[in-house]
Amino acid sequence: MLLRIQGLSKRYPTGDVALTAVDLEVPAGQVMALIGPSGAGKSTLIRCVNRLVEPTSGTVQLDGVEITSLGTTALRRARRRMGMIFQEYALVERLTVMENVLSGRLGYVGFWSSWFRRFPNADIEEAFRLLDRVGLAHMADKRADTLSGGQRQRVGIVRALMQDPQLLLVDEPTASLDPKTSRQIMRLIVELCGERGLAAIINIHDVALAQQFAKRIVGLRAGRIVFDDQAEALGGGQLTVIYGEEDWSQTIGRAEEEAEATGTLA
Amino acid sequence: MNAATLDAPDFDAKAAARAWRPPPLIASAWLRYAIYLGALVYAVIAIGTIEVNWTRAAEGLERAGRFLGGFFPPDFTSKGDDILEGLLESLTMTVVATALGLILSIPVALGASRNLAPLPVYLACRAIIAVSRTFQEIIIAIVFVAMLGFGPLAGTMTLAFATIGFMAKLIAEDIEDIEAAQAEAVRATGGSWFQLLAWGVLPQVKPRLIGLSAYRLDINFRESAVLGLVGAGGIGDTLNTSFDRYEFDTAAAVLIVIIVIVLACEYSSGWIRRKVQ
Repeated sequence: MLLRIQGLSKRYPTGDVALTAVDLEVPAGQVMALIGPSGAGKSTLIRCVNRLVEPTSGTVQLDGVEITSLGTTALRRARRRMGMIFQEYALVERLTVMENVLSGRLGYVGFWSSWFRRFPNADIEEAFRLLDRVGLAHMADKRADTLSGGQRQRVGIVRALMQDPQLLLVDEPTASLDPKTSRQIMRLIVELCGERGLAAIINIHDVALAQQFAKRIVGLRAGRIVFDDQAEALGGGQLTVIYGEEDWSQTIGRAEEEAEATGTLA
Repeated sequence: MNAATLDAPDFDAKAAARAWRPPPLIASAWLRYAIYLGALVYAVIAIGTIEVNWTRAAEGLERAGRFLGGFFPPDFTSKGDDILEGLLESLTMTVVATALGLILSIPVALGASRNLAPLPVYLACRAIIAVSRTFQEIIIAIVFVAMLGFGPLAGTMTLAFATIGFMAKLIAEDIEDIEAAQAEAVRATGGSWFQLLAWGVLPQVKPRLIGLSAYRLDINFRESAVLGLVGAGGIGDTLNTSFDRYEFDTAAAVLIVIIVIVLACEYSSGWIRRKVQ
């Protein structure tokens, strides 16, 4: 088992309880979607995995290493194996595309090498290969804030892959994108995971997208896992358990049609 | 079509539009008029208490005319060496003090940013900033002159000290306003704390850092002209001496030189700030 989360709880200093005794296992190479209403704890859960948020109790193990008990240096080393992709892309806007991509290697190079942008040639080569894979090699020297949303997210994906990760933590990758670009980005993430044998936890609002692209869906409500099954098993009843009462008949399994309908507009 | 029109088909939008007024600054009408009345009464009473001795004012006007007349024509030549020496001294003080203050202000700015530093460090750095900003440069200069003796060293230390408070406060505010997500992304890659600063924070605050440095250089030159009055060196010394000797024409020349340099500094720092945005 690549990732093993046991009894994970998080209570913020303000008293808000974000997670309550979450148990979750993700095998190597599995792409998993995490759905749930806003405030259910999805972001907190993936941030507890790489400890951008410190969990209150419980353990997280990645590839047999217990992340939750690591010291600063060992934690940095462990973080290299977990690539993260963000909702608003979180590129450093005043740096170039290439600098942003190379920042994925920060955990592997020393401070002064990174200060003078002296990365190993192999890293720069890999950066160009990956940028070319997502169709952005010609943008390498553009400043990140000149790119469109979809392009920025592809740079964000490349930055995460540069870490040579085993696991991708993906936080609402499509929330700021139009429907067509959203599908392209989801397809890209799933394809790249397949090519490289990566596991991924993808936080996502859009239930139809989750069903279309992930094999396994986990539903989070108020900090507890209330659904965990194959994507096809998700129906109106389960959605009511996760999100509350609503007419779900139009939501499920309609992603393809919706993509076609909105694709012409976008 | 909104909910209100659906619920009430006989809703009269015209009457509502006539009755609508822009919201006043002070909601309570009673308080509003009380404040207006209070301000008016205060102004009347205050003006009534001012005593103006018009004959003194007329005499003073005449004396000011004579004093200013002594400024013309400005004399750049007879004390030219003194002016040049004072000017170079001021420029040296300015550049050295700005560079020194800038270097010292960066660690203080990092410590004074609540999103980077733990609380004890934060409080200590904020205290340094508060001390540096509390006292006017002249007061600090008097202390440094007492410590280090007359001359440009005291002036340089004064300007460097004032620069720390100014730069650290404004840079710390900029650091607290950075996009947290960009810094978070750098942390998520496994970067160290210094890499977080170099890759996540510095690119976001760099334009302001450069712009403020240029602005502070400009301020430091202006201040260096004043510091001479308490014996802390620079062109202010030259100015002070010429006043003491009633050489108003030389004083006028010094003032013109100061004005020209300050304008040049202001234009160039403005240009730099525009360029780095």
